[in-house]
Amino acid sequence: MDSPAIVRHISLADFRNYEHLEVSLEPGISSFVGRNGQGKTNLIEAVVYLSTLGSHRVASDAPLVRRGTERALIRADVVRDDRSLQVEVEITAGKANRARINKSPVPRTREILGIVRTVVFAPEDLALVKGDPAERRRFLDDLLVQRHPRLAGTRADYDRLLKQRNALLKSAGAARRTNPQDVTRTLEVWDDQIASLGAEITVSRRELADLLRPRAASAYAELIDSGDTIDFDYETSVPHLATTDIVAAREGLLAAMAERRRDELDRGVTLVGPHRDDLLLTLGPAPVKGYASHGESWSAALSLRLACYDLLTEEAAPPVLVLDDVFAELDASRRAHLAGRVAQAPQVLITAAVAEDVPALLEGARFDVMDGTVERCG
Amino acid sequence: MYDGVVADLIDELGRLPGIGPKSAQRIAFYLLQSDPADVRRLAEVLVTVKDKVRFCAICGHVTDEETCRICRDPRRDSTALCVVEESKDVIAVEKTGEYRGRYHVLGGAISPIDGIGPDDLRIRELLQRLTDGEVTEIIVATDPNLEGEATATYLARLLAPMGLTVTRLASGLPVGGDLEYADEVTLGRAFAGRRRLDA
Ligand SMILES: Nc1ncnc2c1ncn2[C@@H]1O[C@H](COP(=O)(O)OP(=O)(O)OP(=O)(O)O)[C@@H](O)[C@H]1O
Ligand SMILES: [Mg+2]
Ligand SMILES: [Zn+2]
Repeated sequence: MDSPAIVRHISLADFRNYEHLEVSLEPGISSFVGRNGQGKTNLIEAVVYLSTLGSHRVASDAPLVRRGTERALIRADVVRDDRSLQVEVEITAGKANRARINKSPVPRTREILGIVRTVVFAPEDLALVKGDPAERRRFLDDLLVQRHPRLAGTRADYDRLLKQRNALLKSAGAARRTNPQDVTRTLEVWDDQIASLGAEITVSRRELADLLRPRAASAYAELIDSGDTIDFDYETSVPHLATTDIVAAREGLLAAMAERRRDELDRGVTLVGPHRDDLLLTLGPAPVKGYASHGESWSAALSLRLACYDLLTEEAAPPVLVLDDVFAELDASRRAHLAGRVAQAPQVLITAAVAEDVPALLEGARFDVMDGTVERCG
Repeated sequence: MYDGVVADLIDELGRLPGIGPKSAQRIAFYLLQSDPADVRRLAEVLVTVKDKVRFCAICGHVTDEETCRICRDPRRDSTALCVVEESKDVIAVEKTGEYRGRYHVLGGAISPIDGIGPDDLRIRELLQRLTDGEVTEIIVATDPNLEGEATATYLARLLAPMGLTVTRLASGLPVGGDLEYADEVTLGRAFAGRRRLDA
């Protein structure tokens, strides 16, 4: 196991409700406490952004830039093995972001991935089990890019190819009656590339699901005494797609695209590929979605997150744990269990509206958050 | 915010590639404060460039005559044709000094989002040039990004039945970028190590 990276300092400029912020952190537990809407989640969101190049709350970057300004800045000093590294990202709404490592610009923002790694527990986690497939795809992808930063490029390229191909399908739907051969020829050009990248994403996600499975199962067993175990399957949009290797998956995707060409042209969208996959969660004999109780759903969500933490820890080093307002959501036993699990982590960032929400076991540095200011208070 | 003609100037400048509203404003005010003779010279160049400069009737490269310097040069190897997206890519490849053949400028890359399909590129003109059988190798030097790659695949498939050697620049170019951003050495190396494209 490598030594963990610790975030020692955060600077923000025009990020969310922060006009300007400097806050120094120590290893161990830091709690950010303050009334609703003061900027607690915004602060940890900035740290999360450095780890995944996305917010854990919103899909687009626009809300991250302080209203009335054009550009937000997140900068962090990260220490690992007594070596300090500064990472910085500049977010401009509607434009490409820019990043720097130790003040030198990097050609691509995604080169900062892997420096700060996080696992986030948040009230929104319930959507992991109850929400749309998109939530679960994002869950897998956020973990993937932290483990293999290169995949962030694959994801971005895949999204762009998908847009190109969908635009073509829409316009080709009309043209195919006049010139069907031309339509096929231009579509195939995109099929090639999209199948290659799609196969890579599919196989990586499936491998990740396999790695998470045993870890989630044991985390779930610790959380709940009942006999049911949590399990999941990576479900591809193409039935029985070979996900064992990239070449086989690519062939399978190409075949499925050829087979569904007519449907795709009718509907003007790409119907096969990882953008339509899901992670199917089950609890004993039944799917979690639609069957599990509220408590079971929470336990399932927590065990998925704990599995991420365990995996990252085993593979490299413990990530920064971020607990955004979760304790208020949990019952006493789950709260105690989670607290026990995270108390020894190298770095934990907690937000809570009132100090009493933070379990006694997680006593650490306290910060008051008030209207875009953060003060150390214990 | 600004009245009439000043607003028009800012609008027009803002339409140029790479110029945002702030830069447009900065350039506008720079022009307003400049020497009238300087501004007149700039305006004249803008007008003449549109009048005088045309696209080579053969390859599509910018020129002030009917055909470009490269197409007119008898010493160029007329069996090799390098296909690029834009005129600026011709300049980039020329700088490497690695290539002695001729060019074909497509005028862009396939990009459905922007409504650009194969018919909007100078592909028909390319096929026309191949009819006399003189060209034996086509080097596809479209940009190393998704659209450039798609265009290359399209061309490879289209040209495969014609029995030509179709090659693509070797990897090693900064992926995702423009051809023109690659430095001369890298681009030259990519040229030397070009590989056959399988359709
Ligand atoms: N882009 C932005 N520009 C300015 N202010 C913003 C922006 N985005 C969010 N805010 C403000 O930030 C505040 C929300 O902050 P945050 O979500 O961090 O609250 P919190 O302290 O976590 O509260 P809670 O306890 O309710 O979770 C809101 O008042 C919101 O208006
Ligand atoms: Mg909050
Ligand atoms: Zn010419």
